[in-house]
Amino acid sequence: MAVALVLVLVVVGSILFHILSPWWWSPIASNWGYIDQTLIITFWITGAVFSAVVLFMAYCVFRFRHREGVKADYNPENKKLEWWLTAVTAVGVAAMLAPGLYVWSQFITVPDDATEVEVVGQQWQWSYRLPGQDGRLGKSDNRLVTYENPLGIDPDDPYGQDDVVIEAADLHLPIDKPVKMLLRSIDVLHDFYVPEFRAKMDMVPGTVTYFWFTPTRTGTFEVLCAELCGTGHGYMRGIVMVDTEEDYQAWLDGQTTFAQLSAPTTVGVMDADEP
Amino acid sequence: MVDATPHAEQGVPPAETPELELYHPKGWWTTYVFSQDAKVIAIQYSGTALAIGLVALVLSWLMRLQLGFPGTFDFITPEAYYQFMTMHGMIMVIYLLTALFLGGFGNYLIPLMVGARDMVFPYVNMLSYWIYLLAVLVLVASFFAPGGPTGAGWTLYPPQAILSGTPGGQGAGIILMLVSLILFIIGFTMGGLNYVVTVVQGRTRGMTLMRMPLTVWGIFTATVMALLAFPALFVACVMMLFDRLLGTSFFMPALVEMGQLMSYGGGSPILFQHLFWFFGHPEVYIVALPAFGIVSDLISTHARKNIFGYRMMVWAIIIIGALSFVVWAHHMYVSGMHPWFGFFFATTTLIIAIPTAIKVYNWVLTLWRGDIHLTLPMLFSLAFIVTFVNGGLTGLFLGNVVVDVPLSDTMFVVAHFHMVMGVAPVLVVFGAIYHWYPKITGRMLNEAMGQFHFWVTFVGAYAIFFPMHYVGLVGVPRRYPELGDVAFVADSVHSLNAFITIAALIVGFAQMVFLFNLVWSLRYGREAGGNPWRATSLEWQTPTTPPPHGNWGAARPIVYRWAYDYSVPGAPEDFIAQNDPGPQHRGAV
Repeated sequence: MAVALVLVLVVVGSILFHILSPWWWSPIASNWGYIDQTLIITFWITGAVFSAVVLFMAYCVFRFRHREGVKADYNPENKKLEWWLTAVTAVGVAAMLAPGLYVWSQFITVPDDATEVEVVGQQWQWSYRLPGQDGRLGKSDNRLVTYENPLGIDPDDPYGQDDVVIEAADLHLPIDKPVKMLLRSIDVLHDFYVPEFRAKMDMVPGTVTYFWFTPTRTGTFEVLCAELCGTGHGYMRGIVMVDTEEDYQAWLDGQTTFAQLSAPTTVGVMDADEP
Repeated sequence: MVDATPHAEQGVPPAETPELELYHPKGWWTTYVFSQDAKVIAIQYSGTALAIGLVALVLSWLMRLQLGFPGTFDFITPEAYYQFMTMHGMIMVIYLLTALFLGGFGNYLIPLMVGARDMVFPYVNMLSYWIYLLAVLVLVASFFAPGGPTGAGWTLYPPQAILSGTPGGQGAGIILMLVSLILFIIGFTMGGLNYVVTVVQGRTRGMTLMRMPLTVWGIFTATVMALLAFPALFVACVMMLFDRLLGTSFFMPALVEMGQLMSYGGGSPILFQHLFWFFGHPEVYIVALPAFGIVSDLISTHARKNIFGYRMMVWAIIIIGALSFVVWAHHMYVSGMHPWFGFFFATTTLIIAIPTAIKVYNWVLTLWRGDIHLTLPMLFSLAFIVTFVNGGLTGLFLGNVVVDVPLSDTMFVVAHFHMVMGVAPVLVVFGAIYHWYPKITGRMLNEAMGQFHFWVTFVGAYAIFFPMHYVGLVGVPRRYPELGDVAFVADSVHSLNAFITIAALIVGFAQMVFLFNLVWSLRYGREAGGNPWRATSLEWQTPTTPPPHGNWGAARPIVYRWAYDYSVPGAPEDFIAQNDPGPQHRGAV
């Protein structure tokens, strides 16, 4: 009796917790509302299955608990029932998988008009690079990383000269413009994670990974590292600000390009070389 | 209605080979320490696994103290937190659960349940334990190494695992971890070959494959999987050891650490992840399948009813085992691997839900019209179903590639895998210990302590891990020693974290009661007799309890039926033992 009651309470308690608890995801700030919807569908289906199984168990425990003189049924198989259950399960699984795969195909198909923004992770800070006037990022290589060139941009690549370098500072993005985040690491694995954007992806040294999204809400959002990257992992935070077009331009005008960053140093070196 | 079970009428084949002579221990040392008896080895494995598991339990308290009350405990630095976290995970998955299910239950139950006198290679079986013990000692040594144990996370992802930014990365910690894993795999392979060959070759007359208890099916399939999966981890460990010690670059691309260009170049960190999860995902089922098998037998025995759909259950175990080798990259949806993999691995992952669901249906349908005795093994089995269904269903979130994107690397994942491969299998371990302790010791475990242990563990564990999903849903990342003030996280989440910590400490305390019960009942437990649960399978039919070396006295049992003849209509009792020839055949063979 008590056992059946506890099983019922587990179901009722879980549902009430889900409905009443204040703990839910943060308001979305990107175009990935589809992900939220797929998640909601999954909650409904799995919640129904969980409740059905546990309540069935509770009923069995209550109804078929041991009584003197009552014998259990002898019932090895029921082919028809087993196939029915298999088929119903397969339908439920398909109902979750189909929207999931559909949204995934959108997730990995970057729109042509997406602007590229590079995120560079290193222990334990975030840096960024924007393509500059030519709309193209210059080549980069971890072997080129120096104190003066923290992102390892290839100084011989003309596309790289006008790249905007944002070292360990906030990133700004214009609202309603799709962006392709190109992700790079100069040391270990990191993961660029902004909960409100829903999207995230690991950054892997030696390769460039990506994801895309469209910011849909202005505001200040926190960046967290979501892939264990050493002792400072929990403190690897950053800020992304989604601006209106005007605010974004104003911010962009105040940034420095790779050429500007390297110029004074180059002059300094030449001074030293000339007696 | 189809009768799934060929009975005595099918006949029993004649013996084909004479019995082999067992090794006879000559004294105390070879009887109890360097023993070749699978049952003694099983107890050695279990004792060692529980001892190191206790260390992992304490580590989990320390982690929870930090998460529930950040800033309160000065000695839990981020370095220490990551070390606790790494060692907790590795110990629980490998050194406790794998060792306990296969080395512990496998060794004790396989020979007894299939009617063998011992494992087929007793000497190798003994070596298996001692190498496992060595692996555990190397692991423990890393706590005392300069720089302490590794803090790379139990997944040991390079490059950070072998770099100085990670605790133990440039010290001895990571080296000892990798060496310990290599030793564990060597030891396991010795034991694993034994379990497989014993099931294939060592069964007694009449014990056809489709008459084996599901416990044996679960452990057998899990062992075959482990023999195929562990080599991937083995080579990954060897390669990482080379990267760390010899300067090779299997997993190491060109990278700059703390301003210094390292000499590595050309390696692939993602290659390690593929190798790790090619092992790591089957590993989940290496833990789960023995639990599936055991819980099937516990439910059937204590509901006095045959397991529903036995043949489907066997095939589900085999299909799950096979499919689990083609789902590994669902741990890597956001790893940066080619995005097209997502379609394939999401599909295979959700397909594996179908045979898993069949198992769940058949467990609850076994309860239907049963004669349910709410014994401790039955209570733990019911709790297993609740937690396993809960944890399995959240797997459908994480397996469905695009839903995983916001949830991966959050506390939702931590809640999911603890529910499904932590709490659920551990509940089966407890149920199994309450069930078989009488056979192992001849005495029952104390019922009152058992009830206390059950209720606190079940309700407490659910209170820990169910709300934790919602912490992840809010967006709290895993592997953060403290969150600090984050705008998207309300203050109430911190209160929830404190609640979870308190629940974890209470559940931990209840385990001390269980351990005390294990020792107390050895002396003061009620006498059990040979078959206290009135069960059908062979281990309950031994001539003496606890069974001595060789198990069966003068002659091995002959099997006439499957392991699930409970409440057979017309039978005088509500169970018919597997070695009972039946009324019309008694005395005939």
